[in-house]
Amino acid sequence: MSAAAKPGLMADSVKDAAVAALLVAVLGFFFFALRTDIGTGGLDLTYRWGLWFIAIAIAFGGRLLLNLFVFKTSRPITGGMSISIPEGVMSGIGRVLGPVLLLIALTLPFIVMAVYPDRDRQFIDLAILIMTYVMLGWGLNIVVGLAGLLDLGYVAFYAVGAYSFALLAQYFQIGFWTALPLAGLLAAVWGIILGYPVLRLRGDYLAIVTLAFGEIIRVVLLNWYEFTGGPDGISGIPKPSFFGLDFSRTGGFAEFFGLDYDSIHRFIYLYYIILILALITNFVTLRLRKLPIGRAWEALREDEIACRSLGINTTNTKLTAFSIGAMFGGLAGSFFATRQGFISPESFTFLESAIILAIVVLGGLGSQIGVVIASVVMIGGIEILRNLGFLKEIFGPDFEPTQYRMLIFGLAMVLIMVWKPRGIISSRNPSAVYKERKKISSDMVAQGEGH
Amino acid sequence: MEPAMKTTPAQTWDENVVLSVEHLTMRFGGLVAVNDLSFNVGRGDITALIGPNGAGKTTVFNCVTGFYKPTEGRIVMRHGAGLQTDKIEALTLTGRQFNDDGDDRVFLLERMPDFEISKRAKVARTFQNIRLFGGMTALENLLVAQHNPLMIASSMTIGGIFNLPGYRKARAEAIDFAAYWLEKTGLINRADDPAADLPYGDQRRLEIARAMCTKPHLLCLDEPAAGLNPRESTELNNLLQYIRKDHGTSILLIEHDMGVVMEISDHVVVLDYGQKISDGTAEQVKNDPKVISAYLGVDEDEVAAVEESLDMPVIHGKNDPADNSEGGQS
Repeated sequence: MSAAAKPGLMADSVKDAAVAALLVAVLGFFFFALRTDIGTGGLDLTYRWGLWFIAIAIAFGGRLLLNLFVFKTSRPITGGMSISIPEGVMSGIGRVLGPVLLLIALTLPFIVMAVYPDRDRQFIDLAILIMTYVMLGWGLNIVVGLAGLLDLGYVAFYAVGAYSFALLAQYFQIGFWTALPLAGLLAAVWGIILGYPVLRLRGDYLAIVTLAFGEIIRVVLLNWYEFTGGPDGISGIPKPSFFGLDFSRTGGFAEFFGLDYDSIHRFIYLYYIILILALITNFVTLRLRKLPIGRAWEALREDEIACRSLGINTTNTKLTAFSIGAMFGGLAGSFFATRQGFISPESFTFLESAIILAIVVLGGLGSQIGVVIASVVMIGGIEILRNLGFLKEIFGPDFEPTQYRMLIFGLAMVLIMVWKPRGIISSRNPSAVYKERKKISSDMVAQGEGH
Repeated sequence: MEPAMKTTPAQTWDENVVLSVEHLTMRFGGLVAVNDLSFNVGRGDITALIGPNGAGKTTVFNCVTGFYKPTEGRIVMRHGAGLQTDKIEALTLTGRQFNDDGDDRVFLLERMPDFEISKRAKVARTFQNIRLFGGMTALENLLVAQHNPLMIASSMTIGGIFNLPGYRKARAEAIDFAAYWLEKTGLINRADDPAADLPYGDQRRLEIARAMCTKPHLLCLDEPAAGLNPRESTELNNLLQYIRKDHGTSILLIEHDMGVVMEISDHVVVLDYGQKISDGTAEQVKNDPKVISAYLGVDEDEVAAVEESLDMPVIHGKNDPADNSEGGQS
């Protein structure tokens, strides 16, 4: 086989075929996907997604087969593309990307309302979901990306935060804003309690035990029927108020500000709450990275024995990483509870931990912006699957794209791992600079235990 | 201290002692890696610990720096001058790790966890196989070494998050101190390069600079000259002399390069099979018949006799237990 003879041929060929498919997608959009007919009073626009999709698939498949069996080249034409992009351009994009994304995030609800007035609620809800995962990803990034501790049970802290708020509200009628810091604190305490015995372990053992702890929390929530409601969950969790104003039809936010009542207000408010929570997570993480504690986390990821020889108490350092990560998970959990209004142990399965970890790994360990990109692609991607009704034209009426989401997930992961084994954004920014700031390539950065 | 050997009049390292290893024994299961070893490291001296491969040198290092808990014995680190025998005996009876006597503290290292030895007893070390933080810049490596003072300056992170002036000042000073050591080790131009990017010799020097950033009283170097070319070896000698003279840091080093050992050491301790076979100045050790036989191997008939007694097949031509016999002749 030629593929076996030339390592990298498969990867290069897939890359090349993907580029070809993308070109067809862009060009073909206007030729295949849109069709204009002269109708009454102007042009009628009809969409032909099926045709467009088939064209892309043919281009991808054909190009792949040609590359593999006809060209048999180890360097397809696009092989030179990644090299030809000058380093300066990439770092320029990197510099601009953060502020641009921030600007989009800040104005997103209004953009959505202006562009999709009839589906704004759905899109803002999706944005809230993505932002929740961004926050969770950033929280887990402290543990996995910076301190290098593979935590497969991060969802436990998400659950602790959610249940803390739900139970406080149920038994003590405590509102969201009072419960939020308490939930964060409780999750951090749980992080320390779970972390203390667990963090003596290393690598794979640590991963397995954190996974087990995640499951224990879920099973306790499921079985402690008298206290947590077990599988019935907890419903009627209060919504957050805006400085004492509820988002109700009468006497609430809209009336106070003289607006017409619209349920979208509450969605926009929730969006801004999670945006601010996520930005706080990001800000604190970025600050901590430049402080001795953050540097000690990264040093721990690089070499634990050397850390101990320099007088760093590694147990305490790991515990701080674990508990601060847990705290942000708890804050996100308590937001999740108030957004849903109903929580049950079903929301906190291992799959959630896996998705959050996948976001961190795909985004690039330790990279903040990578987490954002990965969350948008992964969570947004699942949602896009729900809107691919046109595929029924191709595969028949029984075809349900969302059923394939795990398959697509897996394929996407394999592709990214082939293309960029260290995640989308993999270079590291030094935390202190003497003269000149230089990015550190991912080949040199250790990934910590259990990778 | 009890007279350890039948040696000549008390040497300076027996009078002004910074570290004393007393009756140290380390067993791994049935294997006795170090057996009843006692020696002193003089304050301000460069002390070399030498011996053939597998003699137990690195085990001694790991016991001194807390990476192993010794099976038996006592390891005493003194910050103040003199032997302070009464104080140490009193401390040994209390079960505490060290006494709070201002600047004159004494530490019982075998009781302390590894990170406390570096933090409180001020014993720094380097590793045989370099252990730098490869993905962090040279400067960051040296800042990690100043973790404990910086943590206090950042009021355990709280003050650091708000970037209070006290922390900003401490941070600037830490960078200056790191730059000082980068300058001394000739790495200042590579300050912002990742440590893994540096050539091997630079990495060795960076590891020494990092250890010095913990402001140690005793610096333990595990084979600092391994893999260095002659020019780099000379630079290393000068660096170690500088550290000893200008910073008053005592140095304990394991070394195979006899050129380095004989040139810079004030005091040489020779180990073989976990036991001390010689202790003295470089000149004394060089002429000690026990050292010569340990390095060059014993007579072939003696090996045969031992193998016979152990019921092993006699293998000829394997009478050299050490891999650097040529070093012993220098």
